[in-house]
Amino acid sequence: MNNGILRNMRPTFFYAFLGLVFMFAAPNVLQLFTIINLTTAIALAVLALSLALIWGYGGILCFGQVAFFGLGAYAYTIAAINFGDTTPAILVAVMITAAFAAALGYFIFFGRVSDVYLGVITLTVTLIFFSLIRRTSGPEYKIGKALLGGFNGVSSPPLNLPWDRSSFLFPEHVFYVAMAALILCYLFVGWLVHTRFGRVCVAIRENELRAELLGYDSRLYKLGIFTIGAGIAAIGGVLFCNGVGRITPDVFSLYNAALTIIWVIVGGRGTLIGPVGATFALFYLTSALGGQSLLNNNLVLGVILIVFVLLVPKGVAPTVTDWVMARRKKAPKRVRRRARPQTERME
Amino acid sequence: MTRQRGDVVVETRGLCMHFGGVRAVDQVDFTLFDRELRCLIGPNGAGKSTFFKCLTGQLTPTAGEVLIRGQDMTGAEPFEVASLGVGIKTQVPNVFDGLTVDENLWVSARRWHDDRRARALVSETIERLRLGDIRKMQLGRLAHGQRQWVELGMVVVAEPWLVLLDEPAAGMTHEETFRTAELIEEINKTSALIVVEHDMQFIRLISRKVTLFHEGGILMEDTMDAISADKRAREVYLGHRA
Repeated sequence: MNNGILRNMRPTFFYAFLGLVFMFAAPNVLQLFTIINLTTAIALAVLALSLALIWGYGGILCFGQVAFFGLGAYAYTIAAINFGDTTPAILVAVMITAAFAAALGYFIFFGRVSDVYLGVITLTVTLIFFSLIRRTSGPEYKIGKALLGGFNGVSSPPLNLPWDRSSFLFPEHVFYVAMAALILCYLFVGWLVHTRFGRVCVAIRENELRAELLGYDSRLYKLGIFTIGAGIAAIGGVLFCNGVGRITPDVFSLYNAALTIIWVIVGGRGTLIGPVGATFALFYLTSALGGQSLLNNNLVLGVILIVFVLLVPKGVAPTVTDWVMARRKKAPKRVRRRARPQTERME
Repeated sequence: MTRQRGDVVVETRGLCMHFGGVRAVDQVDFTLFDRELRCLIGPNGAGKSTFFKCLTGQLTPTAGEVLIRGQDMTGAEPFEVASLGVGIKTQVPNVFDGLTVDENLWVSARRWHDDRRARALVSETIERLRLGDIRKMQLGRLAHGQRQWVELGMVVVAEPWLVLLDEPAAGMTHEETFRTAELIEEINKTSALIVVEHDMQFIRLISRKVTLFHEGGILMEDTMDAISADKRAREVYLGHRA
Protein backbone atom coordinates (compact mmCIF):
# COMPACT_ATOMS: atom_id res chain seq x y z
CA MET A 1 0.00 0.00 0.00
CA ASN A 2 2.79 2.40 0.85
CA ASN A 3 4.03 2.34 -2.70
CA GLY A 4 0.48 2.84 -3.90
CA ILE A 5 -0.01 5.84 -1.64
CA LEU A 6 3.27 7.39 -2.74
CA ARG A 7 2.32 6.89 -6.37
CA ASN A 8 -1.06 8.52 -5.80
CA MET A 9 0.63 11.37 -3.99
CA ARG A 10 2.78 12.40 -6.94
CA PRO A 11 0.77 15.59 -7.65
CA THR A 12 0.87 16.38 -3.93
CA PHE A 13 4.67 16.14 -3.92
CA PHE A 14 4.80 18.28 -7.01
CA TYR A 15 2.81 21.11 -5.43
CA ALA A 16 4.75 20.75 -2.18
CA PHE A 17 7.94 21.16 -4.18
CA LEU A 18 6.58 24.29 -5.84
CA GLY A 19 5.80 25.54 -2.35
CA LEU A 20 9.37 24.87 -1.26
CA VAL A 21 10.74 26.79 -4.22
CA PHE A 22 8.44 29.67 -3.40
CA MET A 23 9.46 29.50 0.25
CA PHE A 24 13.13 30.06 -0.52
CA ALA A 25 12.72 32.34 -3.52
CA ALA A 26 10.10 34.76 -2.23
CA PRO A 27 12.18 36.54 0.47
CA ASN A 28 14.90 37.23 -2.10
CA VAL A 29 12.48 38.76 -4.58
CA LEU A 30 9.70 40.35 -2.59
CA GLN A 31 9.74 43.27 -0.19
CA LEU A 32 9.44 42.74 3.55
CA PHE A 33 5.98 44.29 3.63
CA THR A 34 4.74 41.76 1.09
CA ILE A 35 6.40 38.91 2.99
CA ILE A 36 4.63 39.91 6.21
CA ASN A 37 1.35 40.11 4.33
CA LEU A 38 2.04 36.72 2.81
CA THR A 39 2.39 35.19 6.25
CA THR A 40 -1.22 36.12 6.95
CA ALA A 41 -2.31 34.68 3.61
CA ILE A 42 -0.43 31.46 4.39
CA ALA A 43 -2.24 31.19 7.73
CA LEU A 44 -5.56 31.57 5.94
CA ALA A 45 -4.47 28.98 3.37
CA VAL A 46 -3.94 26.48 6.22
CA LEU A 47 -7.48 27.29 7.35
CA ALA A 48 -8.77 26.69 3.81
CA LEU A 49 -6.83 23.41 3.71
CA SER A 50 -8.55 22.24 6.88
CA LEU A 51 -11.99 22.96 5.44
CA ALA A 52 -10.95 21.37 2.14
CA LEU A 53 -10.26 18.21 4.14
CA ILE A 54 -13.44 18.01 6.18
CA TRP A 55 -15.84 19.40 3.59
CA GLY A 56 -14.18 18.31 0.36
CA TYR A 57 -13.23 14.83 1.54
CA GLY A 58 -15.35 14.26 4.63
CA GLY A 59 -18.49 15.81 3.19
CA ILE A 60 -18.99 17.74 6.41
CA LEU A 61 -20.09 21.30 5.63
CA CYS A 62 -18.69 23.01 8.68
CA PHE A 63 -19.78 26.62 8.51
CA GLY A 64 -17.69 27.46 11.54
CA GLN A 65 -14.20 26.38 10.62
CA VAL A 66 -13.04 29.83 11.75
CA ALA A 67 -14.19 28.90 15.27
CA PHE A 68 -11.34 26.39 15.43
CA PHE A 69 -8.98 28.81 13.72
CA GLY A 70 -9.81 31.56 16.21
CA LEU A 71 -9.83 29.22 19.17
CA GLY A 72 -6.36 28.03 18.18
CA ALA A 73 -5.17 31.62 17.87
CA TYR A 74 -6.57 32.62 21.26
CA ALA A 75 -5.32 29.47 22.95
CA TYR A 76 -1.84 30.03 21.51
CA THR A 77 -1.74 33.68 22.55
CA ILE A 78 -2.99 33.09 26.08
CA ALA A 79 -0.74 30.08 26.59
CA ALA A 80 2.29 31.89 25.17
CA ILE A 81 1.75 34.89 27.47
CA ASN A 82 1.44 32.61 30.48
CA PHE A 83 4.28 30.23 29.66
CA GLY A 84 6.63 32.86 28.28
CA ASP A 85 7.53 30.25 25.68
CA THR A 86 5.73 29.77 22.38
CA THR A 87 6.70 26.17 21.59
CA PRO A 88 4.48 24.50 24.20
CA ALA A 89 1.83 27.13 23.43
CA ILE A 90 1.53 25.79 19.88
CA LEU A 91 0.96 22.28 21.21
CA VAL A 92 -1.57 23.55 23.73
CA ALA A 93 -3.42 25.49 21.01
CA VAL A 94 -3.71 22.46 18.74
CA MET A 95 -4.69 20.13 21.56
CA ILE A 96 -7.31 22.42 23.10
CA THR A 97 -8.87 23.06 19.71
CA ALA A 98 -8.90 19.40 18.74
CA ALA A 99 -10.38 18.48 22.12
CA PHE A 100 -13.07 21.12 21.72
CA ALA A 101 -13.87 19.89 18.20
CA ALA A 102 -13.97 16.29 19.42
CA ALA A 103 -16.47 17.20 22.15
CA LEU A 104 -18.63 19.25 19.78
CA GLY A 105 -18.35 16.60 17.07
CA TYR A 106 -19.29 13.86 19.49
CA PHE A 107 -22.71 15.41 20.05
CA ILE A 108 -23.15 16.22 16.36
CA PHE A 109 -22.13 12.89 14.88
CA PHE A 110 -23.23 10.49 17.57
CA GLY A 111 -26.48 12.43 17.82
CA ARG A 112 -26.83 11.84 14.06
CA VAL A 113 -27.46 15.53 13.42
CA SER A 114 -28.24 16.06 9.74
CA ASP A 115 -26.00 18.05 7.39
CA VAL A 116 -28.05 21.25 7.39
CA TYR A 117 -28.18 21.45 11.17
CA LEU A 118 -24.49 20.70 11.35
CA GLY A 119 -23.88 23.88 9.36
CA VAL A 120 -26.23 25.82 11.62
CA ILE A 121 -24.67 24.46 14.82
CA THR A 122 -21.09 25.16 13.78
CA LEU A 123 -21.95 28.67 12.62
CA THR A 124 -23.81 29.34 15.86
CA VAL A 125 -20.84 28.17 17.91
CA THR A 126 -18.66 30.60 15.94
CA LEU A 127 -21.01 33.51 16.57
CA ILE A 128 -21.25 32.63 20.25
CA PHE A 129 -17.46 32.93 20.45
CA PHE A 130 -17.70 36.25 18.62
CA SER A 131 -20.24 37.75 21.03
CA LEU A 132 -18.64 36.27 24.12
CA ILE A 133 -15.10 37.42 23.50
CA ARG A 134 -16.23 40.88 22.39
CA ARG A 135 -17.63 41.36 25.89
CA THR A 136 -14.41 40.58 27.70
CA SER A 137 -12.93 44.07 27.73
CA GLY A 138 -12.81 44.57 31.50
CA PRO A 139 -9.71 43.91 33.61
CA GLU A 140 -11.58 41.07 35.34
CA TYR A 141 -11.52 38.99 32.16
CA LYS A 142 -8.14 37.41 32.22
CA ILE A 143 -6.73 33.94 32.00
CA GLY A 144 -3.59 33.75 34.07
CA LYS A 145 -1.52 36.73 33.03
CA ALA A 146 -3.35 37.28 29.75
CA LEU A 147 -6.05 39.95 29.50
CA LEU A 148 -8.66 38.99 26.90
CA GLY A 149 -9.11 42.60 25.87
CA GLY A 150 -12.62 42.27 24.44
CA PHE A 151 -13.13 44.05 21.15
CA ASN A 152 -9.46 45.07 20.89
CA GLY A 153 -8.19 41.54 21.33
CA VAL A 154 -4.83 40.44 22.66
CA SER A 155 -1.44 41.07 21.17
CA SER A 156 0.31 37.79 20.46
CA PRO A 157 3.90 37.14 21.47
CA PRO A 158 6.03 36.36 18.41
CA LEU A 159 7.40 32.85 18.00
CA ASN A 160 10.64 32.11 19.80
CA LEU A 161 13.19 29.43 19.03
CA PRO A 162 12.21 26.11 20.61
CA TRP A 163 15.50 25.88 22.52
CA ASP A 164 15.85 29.53 23.44
CA ARG A 165 12.82 31.41 24.68
CA SER A 166 14.56 34.76 24.63
CA SER A 167 15.36 34.81 20.91
CA PHE A 168 12.30 35.82 18.95
CA LEU A 169 11.79 35.28 15.27
CA PHE A 170 11.65 38.32 13.04
CA PRO A 171 8.71 38.63 10.61
CA GLU A 172 10.86 37.47 7.69
CA HIS A 173 11.70 34.32 9.64
CA VAL A 174 8.08 33.76 10.64
CA PHE A 175 7.38 33.59 6.92
CA TYR A 176 9.64 30.53 6.63
CA VAL A 177 7.92 28.90 9.58
CA ALA A 178 4.48 29.61 8.13
CA MET A 179 5.41 28.34 4.69
CA ALA A 180 6.99 25.21 6.13
CA ALA A 181 3.88 24.62 8.26
CA LEU A 182 1.65 25.01 5.22
CA ILE A 183 3.74 22.55 3.20
CA LEU A 184 3.82 20.02 6.03
CA CYS A 185 0.07 20.33 6.64
CA TYR A 186 -0.51 19.97 2.91
CA LEU A 187 1.63 16.83 2.73
CA PHE A 188 -0.04 15.40 5.82
CA VAL A 189 -3.56 15.99 4.50
CA GLY A 190 -2.51 14.77 1.05
CA TRP A 191 -1.26 11.58 2.65
CA LEU A 192 -4.30 11.21 4.91
CA VAL A 193 -6.82 11.26 2.08
CA HIS A 194 -5.03 8.34 0.41
CA THR A 195 -4.95 6.14 3.49
CA ARG A 196 -7.66 3.64 4.34
CA PHE A 197 -9.09 6.20 6.78
CA GLY A 198 -9.25 8.92 4.13
CA ARG A 199 -10.74 6.69 1.49
CA VAL A 200 -13.41 5.43 3.87
CA CYS A 201 -14.23 9.06 4.70
CA VAL A 202 -14.71 9.76 1.01
CA ALA A 203 -16.94 6.70 0.75
CA ILE A 204 -19.00 7.99 3.68
CA ARG A 205 -19.26 11.35 1.93
CA GLU A 206 -20.57 9.58 -1.15
CA ASN A 207 -23.09 7.38 0.65
CA GLU A 208 -23.19 7.11 4.40
CA LEU A 209 -25.73 4.29 4.55
CA ARG A 210 -23.72 2.18 2.12
CA ALA A 211 -20.57 2.67 4.16
CA GLU A 212 -22.43 1.56 7.28
CA LEU A 213 -23.84 -1.44 5.46
CA LEU A 214 -20.27 -2.43 4.66
CA GLY A 215 -19.49 -2.40 8.37
CA TYR A 216 -17.91 1.03 8.86
CA ASP A 217 -19.01 3.13 11.83
CA SER A 218 -19.51 6.41 9.97
CA ARG A 219 -19.83 8.38 13.21
CA LEU A 220 -16.28 7.54 14.25
CA TYR A 221 -14.79 8.38 10.87
CA LYS A 222 -16.62 11.70 10.69
CA LEU A 223 -15.60 12.56 14.22
CA GLY A 224 -12.01 11.68 13.36
CA ILE A 225 -11.76 13.81 10.23
CA PHE A 226 -13.62 16.68 11.94
CA THR A 227 -11.16 16.65 14.84
CA ILE A 228 -8.10 16.44 12.60
CA GLY A 229 -9.48 19.31 10.49
CA ALA A 230 -9.96 21.41 13.62
CA GLY A 231 -6.38 20.73 14.72
CA ILE A 232 -5.08 21.90 11.35
CA ALA A 233 -7.27 25.01 11.53
CA ALA A 234 -5.68 25.71 14.92
CA ILE A 235 -2.22 25.62 13.33
CA GLY A 236 -3.53 28.21 10.87
CA GLY A 237 -4.71 30.28 13.83
CA VAL A 238 -1.28 30.16 15.45
CA LEU A 239 0.31 31.37 12.21
CA PHE A 240 -2.36 34.03 11.80
CA CYS A 241 -1.74 35.76 15.10
CA ASN A 242 1.98 35.62 14.34
CA GLY A 243 1.43 37.25 10.98
CA VAL A 244 -0.91 39.95 12.26
CA GLY A 245 0.66 40.36 15.70
CA ARG A 246 -2.64 40.21 17.56
CA ILE A 247 -5.87 38.31 17.69
CA THR A 248 -9.28 39.97 17.90
CA PRO A 249 -12.82 38.57 18.13
CA ASP A 250 -13.33 39.66 14.52
CA VAL A 251 -11.81 36.34 13.52
CA PHE A 252 -15.11 34.73 14.61
CA SER A 253 -17.26 37.06 12.51
CA LEU A 254 -19.85 35.88 10.02
CA TYR A 255 -17.81 37.54 7.29
CA ASN A 256 -14.78 35.36 7.97
CA ALA A 257 -16.90 32.24 8.40
CA ALA A 258 -18.44 32.81 4.97
CA LEU A 259 -15.10 33.70 3.41
CA THR A 260 -13.64 30.29 4.31
CA ILE A 261 -16.53 28.59 2.52
CA ILE A 262 -15.97 30.81 -0.54
CA TRP A 263 -12.28 29.82 -0.77
CA VAL A 264 -13.20 26.16 -0.87
CA ILE A 265 -16.05 26.66 -3.35
CA VAL A 266 -13.86 28.71 -5.68
CA GLY A 267 -10.85 26.40 -5.35
CA GLY A 268 -12.92 23.25 -5.68
CA ARG A 269 -14.19 20.65 -3.25
CA GLY A 270 -12.43 17.32 -3.38
CA THR A 271 -9.04 18.92 -4.04
CA LEU A 272 -6.47 20.36 -1.68
CA ILE A 273 -4.41 22.62 -3.87
CA GLY A 274 -7.55 24.34 -5.21
CA PRO A 275 -8.72 25.92 -1.94
CA VAL A 276 -5.12 26.77 -0.98
CA GLY A 277 -4.59 28.55 -4.30
CA ALA A 278 -7.97 30.26 -4.13
CA THR A 279 -7.13 31.64 -0.70
CA PHE A 280 -3.99 33.33 -2.00
CA ALA A 281 -5.80 34.63 -5.07
CA LEU A 282 -8.75 36.05 -3.17
CA PHE A 283 -6.52 37.41 -0.42
CA TYR A 284 -4.61 39.43 -2.98
CA LEU A 285 -7.77 40.42 -4.77
CA THR A 286 -9.26 41.85 -1.56
CA SER A 287 -5.97 43.59 -0.74
CA ALA A 288 -5.94 45.15 -4.19
CA LEU A 289 -9.58 46.16 -3.90
CA GLY A 290 -8.81 47.73 -0.52
CA GLY A 291 -6.62 50.23 -2.34
CA GLN A 292 -9.48 51.69 -4.37
CA SER A 293 -12.90 53.02 -3.52
CA LEU A 294 -14.80 52.44 -6.75
CA LEU A 295 -16.02 48.95 -5.97
CA ASN A 296 -17.13 47.62 -2.63
CA ASN A 297 -14.99 44.70 -1.48
CA ASN A 298 -17.88 42.54 -0.29
CA LEU A 299 -19.81 43.19 -3.45
CA VAL A 300 -16.98 41.82 -5.55
CA LEU A 301 -16.62 38.73 -3.33
CA GLY A 302 -20.37 38.19 -3.56
CA VAL A 303 -20.27 38.37 -7.33
CA ILE A 304 -17.35 35.93 -7.44
CA LEU A 305 -19.27 33.49 -5.26
CA ILE A 306 -22.38 33.71 -7.45
CA VAL A 307 -20.38 33.36 -10.66
CA PHE A 308 -18.64 30.26 -9.33
CA VAL A 309 -21.76 28.61 -7.96
CA LEU A 310 -23.55 29.16 -11.28
CA LEU A 311 -20.80 28.74 -13.86
CA VAL A 312 -17.97 26.77 -12.23
CA PRO A 313 -19.85 24.77 -9.60
CA LYS A 314 -17.02 22.28 -9.14
CA GLY A 315 -14.44 25.00 -8.52
CA VAL A 316 -11.25 25.86 -10.37
CA ALA A 317 -9.03 22.86 -9.67
CA PRO A 318 -11.50 20.06 -10.59
CA THR A 319 -12.62 21.97 -13.68
CA VAL A 320 -9.04 22.33 -14.88
CA THR A 321 -8.36 18.65 -14.14
CA ASP A 322 -11.46 17.60 -16.10
CA TRP A 323 -10.37 19.75 -19.00
CA VAL A 324 -6.87 18.27 -19.05
CA MET A 325 -8.23 14.72 -18.77
CA ALA A 326 -10.65 15.36 -21.63
CA ARG A 327 -7.76 16.55 -23.79
CA ARG A 328 -5.65 13.60 -22.82
CA LYS A 329 -8.40 11.18 -23.76
CA LYS A 330 -8.35 12.50 -27.29
CA ALA A 331 -4.58 12.27 -27.48
CA PRO A 332 -3.70 8.68 -26.41
CA LYS A 333 -4.55 7.08 -29.77
CA ARG A 334 -1.55 8.74 -31.29
CA VAL A 335 0.60 8.03 -28.27
CA ARG A 336 -0.30 4.36 -28.23
CA ARG A 337 0.49 3.84 -31.87
CA ARG A 338 3.88 5.35 -31.37
CA ALA A 339 4.57 3.50 -28.15
CA ARG A 340 3.74 0.03 -29.38
CA PRO A 341 6.72 -0.64 -31.69
CA GLN A 342 9.05 0.52 -28.96
CA THR A 343 7.72 -1.98 -26.44
CA GLU A 344 7.97 -4.75 -29.03
CA ARG A 345 11.56 -3.89 -29.62
CA MET A 346 12.26 -4.00 -25.92
CA GLU A 347 10.80 -7.47 -25.68
CA MET B 1 -36.30 -29.85 0.63
CA THR B 2 -34.63 -27.08 2.55
CA ARG B 3 -30.93 -27.64 3.06
CA GLN B 4 -30.99 -27.31 6.80
CA ARG B 5 -27.56 -27.72 8.25
CA GLY B 6 -28.42 -27.42 11.85
CA ASP B 7 -27.44 -23.96 13.01
CA VAL B 8 -29.97 -21.18 13.18
CA VAL B 9 -28.34 -18.03 11.76
CA VAL B 10 -31.22 -15.57 11.83
CA GLU B 11 -34.09 -15.64 14.25
CA THR B 12 -36.76 -13.11 15.10
CA ARG B 13 -39.11 -13.47 18.03
CA GLY B 14 -42.34 -11.50 18.15
CA LEU B 15 -40.84 -8.81 15.94
CA CYS B 16 -43.04 -5.72 15.64
CA MET B 17 -42.51 -2.49 13.75
CA HIS B 18 -45.30 0.00 14.16
CA PHE B 19 -45.48 3.44 12.56
CA GLY B 20 -48.08 5.29 14.58
CA GLY B 21 -51.16 3.12 14.19
CA VAL B 22 -49.82 1.20 11.21
CA ARG B 23 -48.55 -2.26 12.06
CA ALA B 24 -46.06 -2.68 9.22
CA VAL B 25 -44.58 -5.76 10.86
CA ASP B 26 -46.55 -7.51 13.55
CA GLN B 27 -45.45 -10.41 15.75
CA VAL B 28 -43.16 -12.08 13.26
CA ASP B 29 -41.36 -15.25 14.30
CA PHE B 30 -38.87 -16.16 11.64
CA THR B 31 -36.03 -18.66 11.48
CA LEU B 32 -33.27 -19.10 8.91
CA PHE B 33 -30.79 -21.96 9.01
CA ASP B 34 -27.20 -21.93 7.86
CA ARG B 35 -26.70 -22.21 4.09
CA GLU B 36 -30.42 -21.75 3.57
CA LEU B 37 -31.77 -19.69 0.67
CA ARG B 38 -35.02 -18.04 1.58
CA CYS B 39 -37.21 -15.73 -0.46
CA LEU B 40 -39.57 -13.26 1.14
CA ILE B 41 -42.54 -12.41 -1.03
CA GLY B 42 -45.80 -10.59 -0.54
CA PRO B 43 -47.90 -7.82 -2.03
CA ASN B 44 -46.93 -4.18 -1.65
CA GLY B 45 -47.19 -3.05 1.94
CA ALA B 46 -47.04 -6.59 3.28
CA GLY B 47 -44.10 -5.64 5.45
CA LYS B 48 -41.25 -7.50 3.76
CA SER B 49 -39.07 -4.45 3.27
CA THR B 50 -39.80 -3.18 6.76
CA PHE B 51 -38.90 -6.60 8.12
CA PHE B 52 -35.70 -6.48 6.06
CA LYS B 53 -34.83 -3.07 7.47
CA CYS B 54 -35.32 -4.35 11.01
CA LEU B 55 -32.90 -7.19 10.29
CA THR B 56 -30.26 -4.86 8.84
CA GLY B 57 -30.47 -2.22 11.56
CA GLN B 58 -31.95 0.47 9.36
CA LEU B 59 -35.03 0.49 11.60
CA THR B 60 -35.28 -0.11 15.33
CA PRO B 61 -38.14 -2.53 15.97
CA THR B 62 -40.97 -1.41 18.22
CA ALA B 63 -40.95 -4.74 20.03
CA GLY B 64 -39.50 -8.22 19.73
CA GLU B 65 -36.01 -9.51 19.15
CA VAL B 66 -33.62 -10.02 16.27
CA LEU B 67 -30.96 -12.66 16.80
CA ILE B 68 -28.15 -13.18 14.34
CA ARG B 69 -26.07 -16.26 15.05
CA GLY B 70 -27.50 -16.16 18.55
CA GLN B 71 -26.39 -12.57 19.19
CA ASP B 72 -29.05 -10.07 20.10
CA MET B 73 -28.97 -7.47 17.33
CA THR B 74 -32.27 -5.77 18.15
CA GLY B 75 -31.92 -2.09 17.44
CA ALA B 76 -28.26 -2.43 16.41
CA GLU B 77 -26.75 0.08 13.99
CA PRO B 78 -26.36 -1.09 10.37
CA PHE B 79 -22.57 -1.14 10.73
CA GLU B 80 -22.85 -3.45 13.72
CA VAL B 81 -24.94 -5.94 11.74
CA ALA B 82 -22.53 -5.68 8.79
CA SER B 83 -19.57 -6.11 11.12
CA LEU B 84 -20.76 -9.61 11.96
CA GLY B 85 -19.90 -10.53 8.37
CA VAL B 86 -23.32 -9.93 6.90
CA GLY B 87 -23.56 -8.68 3.31
CA ILE B 88 -26.48 -6.35 2.64
CA LYS B 89 -27.97 -4.93 -0.53
CA THR B 90 -30.75 -2.43 -0.20
CA GLN B 91 -33.75 -1.90 -2.45
CA VAL B 92 -32.60 1.39 -3.96
CA PRO B 93 -29.07 0.94 -5.30
CA ASN B 94 -26.80 2.26 -2.57
CA VAL B 95 -23.40 2.78 -4.12
CA PHE B 96 -20.63 5.36 -4.00
CA ASP B 97 -21.52 7.46 -7.04
CA GLY B 98 -18.36 9.53 -7.11
CA LEU B 99 -16.03 6.51 -6.94
CA THR B 100 -15.06 4.05 -9.65
CA VAL B 101 -16.21 0.43 -9.75
CA ASP B 102 -12.77 -0.60 -8.51
CA GLU B 103 -12.89 1.80 -5.58
CA ASN B 104 -16.43 0.79 -4.63
CA LEU B 105 -15.39 -2.84 -4.32
CA TRP B 106 -12.11 -1.94 -2.62
CA VAL B 107 -13.88 -0.05 0.17
CA SER B 108 -15.95 -3.16 0.80
CA ALA B 109 -13.03 -5.59 0.75
CA ARG B 110 -10.77 -3.31 2.77
CA ARG B 111 -13.15 -3.57 5.72
CA TRP B 112 -11.91 -7.11 6.27
CA HIS B 113 -8.52 -7.41 4.62
CA ASP B 114 -5.26 -5.55 4.17
CA ASP B 115 -4.73 -3.61 0.97
CA ARG B 116 -3.00 -6.37 -1.01
CA ARG B 117 -5.59 -9.00 -0.25
CA ALA B 118 -8.37 -6.46 -0.82
CA ARG B 119 -7.04 -5.61 -4.27
CA ALA B 120 -6.71 -9.27 -5.16
CA LEU B 121 -10.29 -9.90 -4.09
CA VAL B 122 -11.47 -6.89 -6.11
CA SER B 123 -9.81 -8.20 -9.26
CA GLU B 124 -11.26 -11.64 -8.66
CA THR B 125 -14.77 -10.28 -8.16
CA ILE B 126 -14.54 -8.00 -11.17
CA GLU B 127 -13.67 -10.98 -13.31
CA ARG B 128 -16.39 -13.09 -11.77
CA LEU B 129 -19.08 -10.48 -12.33
CA ARG B 130 -17.68 -9.47 -15.73
CA LEU B 131 -17.25 -5.84 -14.76
CA GLY B 132 -13.85 -5.54 -16.45
CA ASP B 133 -14.97 -3.11 -19.12
CA ILE B 134 -16.31 -0.59 -16.64
CA ARG B 135 -13.95 -1.01 -13.70
CA LYS B 136 -12.42 2.46 -14.09
CA MET B 137 -15.76 4.19 -14.54
CA GLN B 138 -17.55 6.24 -11.95
CA LEU B 139 -20.73 4.67 -10.60
CA GLY B 140 -22.72 7.83 -11.27
CA ARG B 141 -22.23 7.29 -15.00
CA LEU B 142 -23.42 3.69 -15.11
CA ALA B 143 -26.81 2.33 -16.07
CA HIS B 144 -29.20 1.16 -13.40
CA GLY B 145 -28.56 -2.54 -14.01
CA GLN B 146 -24.80 -2.08 -13.86
CA ARG B 147 -25.10 -0.21 -10.58
CA GLN B 148 -27.12 -3.08 -9.17
CA TRP B 149 -24.35 -5.43 -10.24
CA VAL B 150 -21.67 -3.36 -8.65
CA GLU B 151 -23.66 -3.34 -5.44
CA LEU B 152 -23.92 -7.12 -5.61
CA GLY B 153 -20.17 -7.13 -6.20
CA MET B 154 -19.66 -5.09 -3.05
CA VAL B 155 -21.59 -7.75 -1.15
CA VAL B 156 -19.73 -10.67 -2.73
CA VAL B 157 -16.23 -9.23 -2.43
CA ALA B 158 -16.51 -9.13 1.36
CA GLU B 159 -17.12 -12.91 1.44
CA PRO B 160 -20.08 -12.75 3.82
CA TRP B 161 -21.52 -15.82 5.54
CA LEU B 162 -24.99 -14.33 5.51
CA VAL B 163 -26.40 -12.27 2.65
CA LEU B 164 -29.51 -10.11 2.80
CA LEU B 165 -30.77 -8.83 -0.55
CA ASP B 166 -33.71 -6.50 -1.04
CA GLU B 167 -35.07 -6.79 -4.59
CA PRO B 168 -31.76 -7.64 -6.29
CA ALA B 169 -33.35 -8.04 -9.71
CA ALA B 170 -35.37 -4.83 -9.70
CA GLY B 171 -34.94 -2.90 -12.91
CA MET B 172 -32.69 -5.49 -14.51
CA THR B 173 -33.00 -6.79 -18.04
CA HIS B 174 -33.97 -10.39 -18.68
CA GLU B 175 -30.43 -11.52 -19.15
CA GLU B 176 -29.19 -9.64 -16.09
CA THR B 177 -31.96 -11.18 -14.01
CA PHE B 178 -30.90 -14.62 -15.15
CA ARG B 179 -27.28 -13.96 -14.28
CA THR B 180 -28.31 -12.59 -10.90
CA ALA B 181 -30.13 -15.84 -10.20
CA GLU B 182 -26.97 -17.76 -11.13
CA LEU B 183 -24.89 -15.56 -8.87
CA ILE B 184 -27.29 -16.11 -5.98
CA GLU B 185 -27.02 -19.88 -6.44
CA GLU B 186 -23.27 -19.50 -6.32
CA ILE B 187 -23.30 -17.34 -3.20
CA ASN B 188 -25.57 -19.89 -1.60
CA LYS B 189 -22.80 -22.51 -1.81
CA THR B 190 -20.96 -20.75 0.97
CA SER B 191 -23.52 -18.61 2.73
CA ALA B 192 -27.12 -18.29 3.85
CA LEU B 193 -29.36 -15.85 2.00
CA ILE B 194 -32.55 -13.92 2.49
CA VAL B 195 -33.90 -12.45 -0.73
CA VAL B 196 -36.83 -10.05 -0.78
CA GLU B 197 -38.31 -10.15 -4.24
CA HIS B 198 -41.26 -9.10 -6.32
CA ASP B 199 -40.42 -10.78 -9.58
CA MET B 200 -42.13 -14.17 -9.55
CA GLN B 201 -40.11 -15.58 -12.42
CA PHE B 202 -36.95 -14.70 -10.60
CA ILE B 203 -38.18 -16.43 -7.46
CA ARG B 204 -38.99 -19.55 -9.44
CA LEU B 205 -35.42 -19.50 -10.74
CA ILE B 206 -33.83 -19.51 -7.30
CA SER B 207 -36.37 -20.53 -4.73
CA ARG B 208 -36.18 -23.33 -2.26
CA LYS B 209 -38.40 -22.19 0.55
CA VAL B 210 -40.53 -19.06 0.35
CA THR B 211 -41.99 -16.97 3.15
CA LEU B 212 -45.17 -15.19 2.17
CA PHE B 213 -45.85 -11.94 4.00
CA HIS B 214 -49.34 -10.51 4.30
CA GLU B 215 -50.44 -7.47 6.31
CA GLY B 216 -47.33 -7.42 8.45
CA GLY B 217 -47.32 -11.10 9.34
CA ILE B 218 -46.18 -14.38 7.85
CA LEU B 219 -49.07 -15.99 6.04
CA MET B 220 -47.28 -19.18 5.08
CA GLU B 221 -43.89 -20.69 4.58
CA ASP B 222 -43.44 -23.35 1.93
CA THR B 223 -42.11 -24.09 -1.54
CA MET B 224 -43.13 -21.84 -4.40
CA ASP B 225 -45.21 -24.63 -5.91
CA ALA B 226 -47.11 -25.18 -2.69
CA ILE B 227 -47.73 -21.46 -2.32
CA SER B 228 -48.95 -21.18 -5.89
CA ALA B 229 -51.36 -24.01 -5.20
CA ASP B 230 -52.66 -22.57 -1.98
CA LYS B 231 -56.01 -20.82 -2.19
CA ARG B 232 -55.39 -18.21 0.50
CA ALA B 233 -51.99 -17.31 -0.92
CA ARG B 234 -53.45 -16.92 -4.40
CA GLU B 235 -56.09 -14.58 -3.04
CA VAL B 236 -53.69 -12.21 -1.29
CA TYR B 237 -50.95 -12.18 -3.81
CA LEU B 238 -51.00 -14.41 -6.80
CA GLY B 239 -54.67 -14.05 -7.60
CA HIS B 240 -54.32 -10.95 -9.65
CA ARG B 241 -51.38 -12.37 -11.52
CA ALA B 242 -52.27 -15.98 -12.18
